[in-house]
Amino acid sequence: MRYIFKTDYDQDIRLFKHGGQKFWYGVLGIVLAAAPWLFSEYQLAQLSLIAIYGIVGLGLMVLTGFTGLVSIGHAAFLGVGAYAEAILAARGWPFPVSFAVAVALSAITGVVVGLPALRVRGIYLAIATLAFGFILEEIITRWESLTGGNSGLAVAQPAAFGWKLETAPQFYYLCTLLAIVATLAVLNLLRTPTGRAFVAIRDSEISAQSMGISLAAYKTLSFAISAGLTGLAGALYAHKLRFLSPDQFTVLQSVELLMMVFVGGIGSIHGAFLGAAFLIALPQAISALAPHLPASLGSATGLQPTVFGLILIGFILFEPMGMFGWWFKARTYLQLFPFYRRGMFRRQKSFQKSDRLR
Amino acid sequence: MQVLQLTISGLSQGCIYGLIALGFVLIYKATETVNFAQGELMMLGAFAGLAATTWLGLPYWAGVVLSVLALAAFGLVVERLVLRPILGQPAFAIVMVTIGVGYVARGLVTMVPGVGTETYTYPAPFKDEVFKAGGLVIGAEHLVVIGTTVVLCAIMFAAFRYTRIGVAMQAASQNQLAAYYMGIPVRRLNGLIWGISAAVAAVAGVLLAPITFVHANMGFIGLKAFPAAVVGGFGSLPGAIVGGLLIGVVESLSGFYLPEGFKDIAAYVVVLAMLIGKPNGLFGETMRKKV
Repeated sequence: MRYIFKTDYDQDIRLFKHGGQKFWYGVLGIVLAAAPWLFSEYQLAQLSLIAIYGIVGLGLMVLTGFTGLVSIGHAAFLGVGAYAEAILAARGWPFPVSFAVAVALSAITGVVVGLPALRVRGIYLAIATLAFGFILEEIITRWESLTGGNSGLAVAQPAAFGWKLETAPQFYYLCTLLAIVATLAVLNLLRTPTGRAFVAIRDSEISAQSMGISLAAYKTLSFAISAGLTGLAGALYAHKLRFLSPDQFTVLQSVELLMMVFVGGIGSIHGAFLGAAFLIALPQAISALAPHLPASLGSATGLQPTVFGLILIGFILFEPMGMFGWWFKARTYLQLFPFYRRGMFRRQKSFQKSDRLR
Repeated sequence: MQVLQLTISGLSQGCIYGLIALGFVLIYKATETVNFAQGELMMLGAFAGLAATTWLGLPYWAGVVLSVLALAAFGLVVERLVLRPILGQPAFAIVMVTIGVGYVARGLVTMVPGVGTETYTYPAPFKDEVFKAGGLVIGAEHLVVIGTTVVLCAIMFAAFRYTRIGVAMQAASQNQLAAYYMGIPVRRLNGLIWGISAAVAAVAGVLLAPITFVHANMGFIGLKAFPAAVVGGFGSLPGAIVGGLLIGVVESLSGFYLPEGFKDIAAYVVVLAMLIGKPNGLFGETMRKKV
């Protein structure tokens, strides 16, 4: 059992609450830094993908997990970032500059998409973002002079000032570094007044408004930050895939991203990365298991969506905090050691509150 | 004349959107959640009807009845198994569950060996019959769609307004807790509305099937029905139909007069314009909470 005796207000907002956390995050940092020597090239590529999806997860977490606005159009932001990066890289822009432009473009798109959010909420907002997702997908497909349309667009390797990121470890370091920077940025954001305003809006718009929080400004800002992070991930994604086509940025992809944060654990930073790992690992786990299943079941194309759907339903029914919830409960159990009670996280029985009155 | 012909084909397509949107609106009106699996329920309905007519050899109408009954039962089961346990959870968690249900339904149908990955034509007695009136051509299956939509909408509207159960559903949707205190069996009503909504989806499925084909991904048309429901104002039954018609006509006209590609996104452009301009839709009610 651990008891933290607080003697300073700064302790409430410190990133590392105690020495144990410093130690374990240090170990994680060392493992991540040593990964090129520890893992095979294939595993390294998967780790890079997890970092990329983790950044998307962070973006969605800021919007959905902390501001309470739902977006079913995030694949569009991913697409904006990816295409911006691909086009600029082809023109020979150094990657730090083109990344910044990709982030800025996505953020601007995010502000535009967020405009309806000022007037609508809940499910209406979800449908507005869904509509934007469809429209952006169609624009990417039809603007052939810029994006290559359905025939696709090849992406150059990231290069800057005569220096090229060619090998898998180099790209892995780039992804991991950006993921860490993004995580620290979001963690920092959450302990500023801005982050607190987001959480206040999520918990109750009316009380947030009464406390003097400008809903319009903060919702737009949340959309911009979320889209910007997703655009950054998109830029990395473009280099990871090496070839872009519009069918990588469909609404189904958006739904999968949303699933990712729900399975990872909505409203937690850990959840973004746990969900990303889940999203990468699940198809591989399924294809690894498929030979052991009866042939009619194992080779069926519907196996993956079925398993996805079942896992999503299972998490929402039994573990609303997602994969982070498992970790959180285990940690609480250890911290409180002899005093953990079984009913501690039991959900209260409740009835639905109307969203129609606003 | 061309405009008129395009409008008519748009209207019949719009009726399909309206029928699916009717299912959304029913569930939204009674439980204030949005069922993202509505399109998949429709797909299941079409497959159930197909199974009844081709494999059991039943006549078309018997197949329709069987499909409606099967889907109503399915809706009840889904509500009992996955939605009732999370009653009162944040609205979007419930929406995610319906997305999951849709994934599972689509995946399971594709997994049926030798059946799920094929595309079928759906036999119907009125298929391929056309009516001609002064140069205009309209298919009989479209007329059936329009007629059924109007009748279903009228029945649902009357049921919500004039029956005890309908009024109870409206009460439950405005404030579940208060409705519960008033002795309204909120949970059973939720189950009932899921059954009804799945039955409406089955009707949409067996009506759409003769016009298009039956396949596992036909549920994606449900994504076009969202704009219909929003344009009409979520929570308004006539609004769903009007919204569906509007979307159908806009789509049909833009497919002809605007460059290629606009047909697919016309519905979404309309819904965005609507959300920015008049967020509550054409027939939506505006309420504001006073603190």
